[in-house]
Amino acid sequence: MKPRRLTLALAAACAFSLNAVAGEVEVLHWWTSGGEAKSVAELKKMMSAKGHTWKDFAVAGGAGDNAMTVLKTRVVSGNPPTAAQVKGPAIQEWGGEGVLAWLDPVANAEKWDSLLPPVVANVMKYKGHYVAVPVNVHRVNWMWVNPEVFKKAGAKVPTTWAEFDEAATKIEKAGFIAVAHGGQPWQDATVFESVALGVGGADYFKKAFIQLDPKAIDSPTTIKAFDTLRMVRKHIDKDAPGRDWNLATAMVINGKAAMQFMGDWAKGEFAAAGKKPGTDYLCVAAPGTDKAYTFNIDSFIVFAQKNKDQKATNDFASTVMSPAFQEVFNQNKGSIPVRLGHDMSKFDDCAKKSAADFVASNKSGGLVPSFAHQMAMPPAVQGATQDVIASFMNSNMTSQEAVKKLLAAAKAK
Amino acid sequence: MTAARQGAPGFSLGRFADVILPKLVITPTVIACLVGFYGFIGWTAWLSFTESRMLPKYEWAGLVQYQALFANERWWASMQNLAVFGLLFIFVSLAVGLIMAVLLDQKIRFEGALRTIYLYPMALSFIVTGTAWKWILNPGLGIEKLAHDWGFSGFVFDWIVNPDYAIYTVVIAGVWQSSGFVMALFLAGLRGIDDSIIKAAQVDGASLPTIYARIIVPSLRPVFLSAFMILAHIAVKSFDLVMALTGGGPGFATDLPSIFMYQHSFTRGQLGLGAASAMMMLFTACAVVMPFLYSELRRERRG
Repeated sequence: MKPRRLTLALAAACAFSLNAVAGEVEVLHWWTSGGEAKSVAELKKMMSAKGHTWKDFAVAGGAGDNAMTVLKTRVVSGNPPTAAQVKGPAIQEWGGEGVLAWLDPVANAEKWDSLLPPVVANVMKYKGHYVAVPVNVHRVNWMWVNPEVFKKAGAKVPTTWAEFDEAATKIEKAGFIAVAHGGQPWQDATVFESVALGVGGADYFKKAFIQLDPKAIDSPTTIKAFDTLRMVRKHIDKDAPGRDWNLATAMVINGKAAMQFMGDWAKGEFAAAGKKPGTDYLCVAAPGTDKAYTFNIDSFIVFAQKNKDQKATNDFASTVMSPAFQEVFNQNKGSIPVRLGHDMSKFDDCAKKSAADFVASNKSGGLVPSFAHQMAMPPAVQGATQDVIASFMNSNMTSQEAVKKLLAAAKAK
Repeated sequence: MTAARQGAPGFSLGRFADVILPKLVITPTVIACLVGFYGFIGWTAWLSFTESRMLPKYEWAGLVQYQALFANERWWASMQNLAVFGLLFIFVSLAVGLIMAVLLDQKIRFEGALRTIYLYPMALSFIVTGTAWKWILNPGLGIEKLAHDWGFSGFVFDWIVNPDYAIYTVVIAGVWQSSGFVMALFLAGLRGIDDSIIKAAQVDGASLPTIYARIIVPSLRPVFLSAFMILAHIAVKSFDLVMALTGGGPGFATDLPSIFMYQHSFTRGQLGLGAASAMMMLFTACAVVMPFLYSELRRERRG
């Protein structure tokens, strides 16, 4: 009898936790490192000020692979958390599963449509309804520069890829590494993305890498992009394969290398080393991309909850979008608030420049999602594209071959 | 007990202890195996015939995933890598382990200490091995830099960043980890050989190498079998070693089927394709192990 009673008790306990009391928000995220954890604590405080209890559902591990596996099991078993950190086209995939809640009441009341650039809003919507709330904006097409190294080599910070080749050659002659790079597939893709944007411009970028238009992919522009990538590859040291991005950033910080192509999370490394933007390091747009802006946006999707009113979910979304949270969180994370026209006076120079470019490129049409960071392509296509770029970087493949493989990758299912 | 057994039919403590209890004890294990092992193999097989993307779907879709898999260049690269890595890893580990065991078997001093030192790498996780060798083999940090610092400026050892040779670095790290363990197996086998046969051979005037080649190594046949089986399954499942050592790179030069399967199933939302690759891994493992096991077991039964 005893075991059975225990089972019953356990089952009851499970059932009870399934129907958790209203007003509790459970949020799946993988912000477990220093600054990020601090920001989450802030969010928690704001939510409890609104009378909700916060249940942390943090799953450590990389870019959230583990977390996604856990999330899938929870959703399949009919017990989703309130919200989960999911971004880009994956939002659409979750929307297609029919498990998400609509945030339209909050979004309409707070006029999200006018607060967010349309490109960003579209990523957050499934079939015209808001199902996700954005947290921040990272700019990906940055080039981090050590001005000291440039001065010693007598080189000028490049604004085009031709100038880049010239400057990099000078830097190498002076005995420095021109480009600090980590040869991991996602970093290869990050560099290629900036190169393609610089070579082809925003319109080409949208056609080739977001609409996956075969005509745009199979074009001389793409061949030129790969040729340029080959040239950049020449200026990367041979020990790059497998190196982590932050080690590459350290090479720029301590003056071993002159440049790195990396998103603005790299700023955290400079800040941690006590470096000042503008004097110790420069943040400039990658050559040829100063009018464009590739964005990487973290967001939370919200799940439809059984037998529960949606007040807690709505309050959560509203809090995440609030100026107060956006300011605190993004100062900690190195990114910028997603709200257009946010007061940037408390941010550093790189963030100010990023915010100005974000607004300007939104007007000029140069604002594009980053495909290297899962903002543009379905995961299968993104993976296949990343494979092509990585094997191009690590073999003697010709640009023509690479384009052919890229075409095949665009059809991955 | 005996009295109970002779008693009336129906419930008897003896019958319970002899017949029912063993079955009762073994049932959970059997059920766990059926569900956890064969059940999930069946489930994976089913998924591999569907168009599952991010979440499982159960509509039959035929062989599309297998077609996609066989058209996938990266899959073939990973299978080729598994062949290179698997064969070299198994045979080099066996050879190194056997040699170490034979040398250690010469009644030397400090044998116990040496044995512990040789065996120790096995106590480390593959993640640790991978990370340590990543530093040792890195041209800017490890062996190559050391040689340069000592004045051999022409010395080049950059396999880990060279797509053509990177897979051999995985073999090096794997062999370093496993050969001590193989040595322990062989040493135990060597100690189990009857001394009198060797003495007889010595009386007949056989030299030591002849004794090893003709008597001792052939009588280690069962040890070879066990070592082969263990190494083969380490080779097929080695995922953590490659992830820590090269991350599958440069590019996907050291990709293995296990990494392919993980990435496609869990990060790229191609669950069906991942399931198909898992099935192919299962078939490959069966194809290698089955004939071997079959012939060995038959030999054993014959005597």
